[in-house]
Amino acid sequence: MSEPMLIIKGLAVAIDDKPILHDVNLTINKGETHVLFGPNGHGKTTLLMTIMGVPRYKITGGEIIFKGQDITEMPIDERARLGIGMSLQRPPVVRGVKTRDMVSACARGRQSNEELETIVKSTNLSELVERDINYGFSGGEIKRSELAQLLAQQPDLVLLDEPESGVDLVNISLIGELINTLLQKKHPIRERERSGLIITHTGHILEYVDARTGYVLLGGTIICEGDPHEILKTIVKQGYEECRKCMM
Amino acid sequence: MHDVNSEKIRKEKAKMAASKRARFGEDIDLNKYEHVAEPLPYKEDPSSIAPDAKAQMLQTGITVDDLSQRSGTIIQIDHSVVHSTTQQSGIEIMSTTKALEKYDWLHDYYWKAVPVDTDKYTAHVELNPGNGYFIRALPGSKTVYPIQACLYIGKKNLAQSVHNIIIAEEGSELHIITGCTTSPSEEAAMHLGISEFYIKKGAKISFTMIHNWSPEITVRPRTGIIIEDDGIYLNNYIIMKPVKSLQTNPIAHCIGKNTVSRFNSIVVTPPGSNMDVGSQVILDGAGSRTEIISRAITTGGNFISRGYIEGNAPEVKGHLECRGLILKDEGQIYAIPELKGNLAGIDLSHEAAVGKIAEEEVEYLMMRGLSRRDATATIVRGFLHIDIEGLPAELNEQIKQTIATAEQEML
Repeated sequence: MSEPMLIIKGLAVAIDDKPILHDVNLTINKGETHVLFGPNGHGKTTLLMTIMGVPRYKITGGEIIFKGQDITEMPIDERARLGIGMSLQRPPVVRGVKTRDMVSACARGRQSNEELETIVKSTNLSELVERDINYGFSGGEIKRSELAQLLAQQPDLVLLDEPESGVDLVNISLIGELINTLLQKKHPIRERERSGLIITHTGHILEYVDARTGYVLLGGTIICEGDPHEILKTIVKQGYEECRKCMM
Repeated sequence: MHDVNSEKIRKEKAKMAASKRARFGEDIDLNKYEHVAEPLPYKEDPSSIAPDAKAQMLQTGITVDDLSQRSGTIIQIDHSVVHSTTQQSGIEIMSTTKALEKYDWLHDYYWKAVPVDTDKYTAHVELNPGNGYFIRALPGSKTVYPIQACLYIGKKNLAQSVHNIIIAEEGSELHIITGCTTSPSEEAAMHLGISEFYIKKGAKISFTMIHNWSPEITVRPRTGIIIEDDGIYLNNYIIMKPVKSLQTNPIAHCIGKNTVSRFNSIVVTPPGSNMDVGSQVILDGAGSRTEIISRAITTGGNFISRGYIEGNAPEVKGHLECRGLILKDEGQIYAIPELKGNLAGIDLSHEAAVGKIAEEEVEYLMMRGLSRRDATATIVRGFLHIDIEGLPAELNEQIKQTIATAEQEML
């Protein structure tokens, strides 16, 4: 039987006292990748930020269990060190902090300089590593930089917030390849140790990355769970209106 | 040339300005300080300087135990130049007093880049001379390693009076690191330093000054720079330790065509410190370019960041950038960027930003596994990082070390 990586039970979250999520439940087992669909402004990013532990996203109910441990009250950095990593949709610019130094900081001494150099090359970042992190980066450069950091960090649970947004067609296949590396997709299913939760607005990423389960997050809660390709087909064909019917 | 009459006129001007308040900064009562210091013996071997003084000097990048990575050294304690050596031909280093005796023509440079009657502090240095250093690169000479110059206050309550003249002759290149510091006893004293730079055609000077004072020290440097055709001047100023009151505002006169000047300031203002640090550049030569970059952090002290660029010639370009970070709930940063353009076809710009560390940046680094403290330290280190081009590796390393040492105390 598969071992749960992440269990979310009855999660409710508010930002500045405004409720955003309520009664969110999901379980991601070790080695599984799940995707999260939903229109803008319905809580997808909030859910990932809450799993990551960003304090602005205040948990008002429920619990988050990661690798068997209740992390509901745990600070961001402890969650990161325990094995949660996240790629942000719009990460901040940190002036004076070089991209190379960020990738190196993510590794926390667990990878050699040669291994880090391989990551830089595989993410096509060689020309960006001496630049301040995210400063003047294009959409594709931001995604590749975020994935380079995660490849150095080697988290057990990978949270990806719209990895395909702002990425051109040439870059999207590289992004897909990097996500597959990160999630050990080339390993046989039983040997995969890492799990993923991916927000996708367009579903394009599913052309490159296989996922086991899809969810639709609407009005702050998960209203649908199933085969991600089937869900995507429905959304493409009938929009989220079809999903709204399930809420009734 | 030196003539008695012009010296008399200069002294008269100084006397007239003896009570003249400075344009900026708190007015200092010079009568509170002593103006005479006992002469100190010359040391052939600078490593024989007292260990506590050496330790203070080291924090400003001055190393006296190993001179192998320096093209020359000059050390002044109070009003005595206690050591002076040149380790490279084509480079002259000596006390200003000695240089004025040796070179009659030097009087043509004396008080030309800084008017003697600028304020009471310049007047005081003229009326109470206390040495200083003279550094000159002969035409075409280039320093292999940086030259180090140290100004050290050892005597309690002294108003140290210093007049420096630095000349880069045509096609020459000088890299200088100046460390200004005081005894570790934390007693009151004052530093008045005149520095006049002359950069001839096609010459280059990089001047890195590290200040390491103490909470009871008052500092009033006065600096003027004259840059001729195709001359380059790079100024790096670093102060990260407490000082009671500091006001400095060097002015560069870019009189030649196609000059390049850059002023980088890295300032940390601890509680109880008042610092007013500026840079002024007057672009009189066509095609000249300048940049004034300031990074300031307050951990509780008050900091004023000034910048002024004036464009008076065709095709000149200037950019002023001031960024301030307030780390604690106390302290203030006041940025005053000024631009003045006097004709069409010039390009002057500025940007200024003052604020606290963005929580979003801290959280971003924490997402990568850094603790809050390490994330904050990384952001602060990045904030203080300035890409300084044209410096020898030794100087860049020194700047990095100074910032790293201060970082621990800051956070």
